[in-house]
Amino acid sequence: MKKVLATLAGVALLVTGCSSGSSGSTGGSSSAPQAKTLTVYAAASLTESFNALKTEFEAAHPGVTVKYSFGGSSTLVQQLTNGAKADVFASADQANMDKAVQGGVIQGAPTVFATNKLTIAVAPGNPKALKTFADLTGSGLKVVVCAAQVPCGSATQKVEKNTGVTIKPVSEEQDVKQVLTKVESGDADAGLVYVTDANTAGGKVAQVDFPESAQAINNYPIAVVKDAPEADLAQQFEQFVLGAQGKQELTKVGFGTPAL
Amino acid sequence: MLWVPAGLALALVVLPVVGLLVRTDLGRLPSLIVSESSLAALRLSVETAALSTVGCVLLGVPLAVVLARSTVPGLRVLRAIVLLPLVLPPVVGGLALLYLLGRKGFLGYLLDVTLGVTVPFTTSAVVIAQIFVAMPFLVVSLEGALRNAGDSYEQVAATLGAKPWTVFRRVTVPLLLPALGSGAVLSFARSLGEFGATITFAGSLEGVTRTLPLEVYTQAESDIDSAVAVALLLVVVALVVIVVARPRALEGRA
Repeated sequence: MKKVLATLAGVALLVTGCSSGSSGSTGGSSSAPQAKTLTVYAAASLTESFNALKTEFEAAHPGVTVKYSFGGSSTLVQQLTNGAKADVFASADQANMDKAVQGGVIQGAPTVFATNKLTIAVAPGNPKALKTFADLTGSGLKVVVCAAQVPCGSATQKVEKNTGVTIKPVSEEQDVKQVLTKVESGDADAGLVYVTDANTAGGKVAQVDFPESAQAINNYPIAVVKDAPEADLAQQFEQFVLGAQGKQELTKVGFGTPAL
Repeated sequence: MLWVPAGLALALVVLPVVGLLVRTDLGRLPSLIVSESSLAALRLSVETAALSTVGCVLLGVPLAVVLARSTVPGLRVLRAIVLLPLVLPPVVGGLALLYLLGRKGFLGYLLDVTLGVTVPFTTSAVVIAQIFVAMPFLVVSLEGALRNAGDSYEQVAATLGAKPWTVFRRVTVPLLLPALGSGAVLSFARSLGEFGATITFAGSLEGVTRTLPLEVYTQAESDIDSAVAVALLLVVVALVVIVVARPRALEGRA
């Protein structure tokens, strides 16, 4: 027990020593920075890029810890309208951001910071040799899509409507990551996911891009939450996401840049 | 003195249901409940839960008898394993089933290659997931009854000349019926509420795998009023099951 405590104390010393050292070297303020926590509610599809941004934002703002709650956009909106405390909300579609605005939990106007589109995720090597969106109706093919109630599902529906192709899925999943999981596990032959999710899946899936996906571009808006405990910091985070570093991390995983 | 914590305990169960009732748009309730998708979910839920209960009885009764009567070493470990689904998060159960019966799971692969059968995304997968999580309820209530009663009566019957099969039929089964009944009702109720293992292992498709709990979850993404209405329907069905069947174990008389 004593040993553990001593180790912990040692680690604590090291950590505090490091942080005060780095703040001294950047030469911002002479006093030690105050510890602050910024809480960000973000769509699940932003997991990888926002985690990369967390490191960069924290490095640029000593003493600040960014805490994420990733989830389905509509789930997050429900939590916010039911009183969850957060500083920033980043949604995977306009509809859910509108819901948050109508629910009175957003301050100021939301800004679109990224766009996303669908792709077909298949097993590496594309064993079923899919080439087009219409190939998804092939007999005996197990296709998994998002439920119409979630953003990736409404995008899927939009493409189906525009192309006149009706997919008969074996399952309608609750979020895009679950679609990806079922393709990765081999239980589904193909799944409609966002380009970004397919990109961040590593080598576990291959993508079949289709031109019709351009007809269902999803916009990702970001906004500061009303009564945010760290309103100033929230503003800075939003600017950070909209700025050069944000753009870089977002395009790295395949997000598009919104036309402004 | 006990009334205060007892009242709190009761409130913890009752008040959330009241919250659900208060939140329900009673005017729209009928139209929300009779929507095509919630009726399909209700039907699927009742059918699969009934099938699962039959499965639990067929498989769980022999298991309970073996656990209660057998004397092989390692029985305590076996009993602990049987109870595992009670404490496992359902999602873990779903993943476990997927890695067994999924197309790349070792049994699922064999089924796919030899028979061309795939289990995930089918109604059978829903039933398997429900049996997985519900069977311990049946085994536990039955095993307890087997241990507490029966032994001496059976011995007396045997000394009076009854053959083993007669003993089982005329003595053991009647003694166990109440426990079997309550175990079956509990299994049915648990199957009705199954969510995590189903969505992980079976997927979610209207009329095929989307049971009432999954329907609530799906609706909650877009139309919370309709989700609340379906949730209320689930509560009512569960209450009807428990009240009508009124298992004796639940009334503390087992």
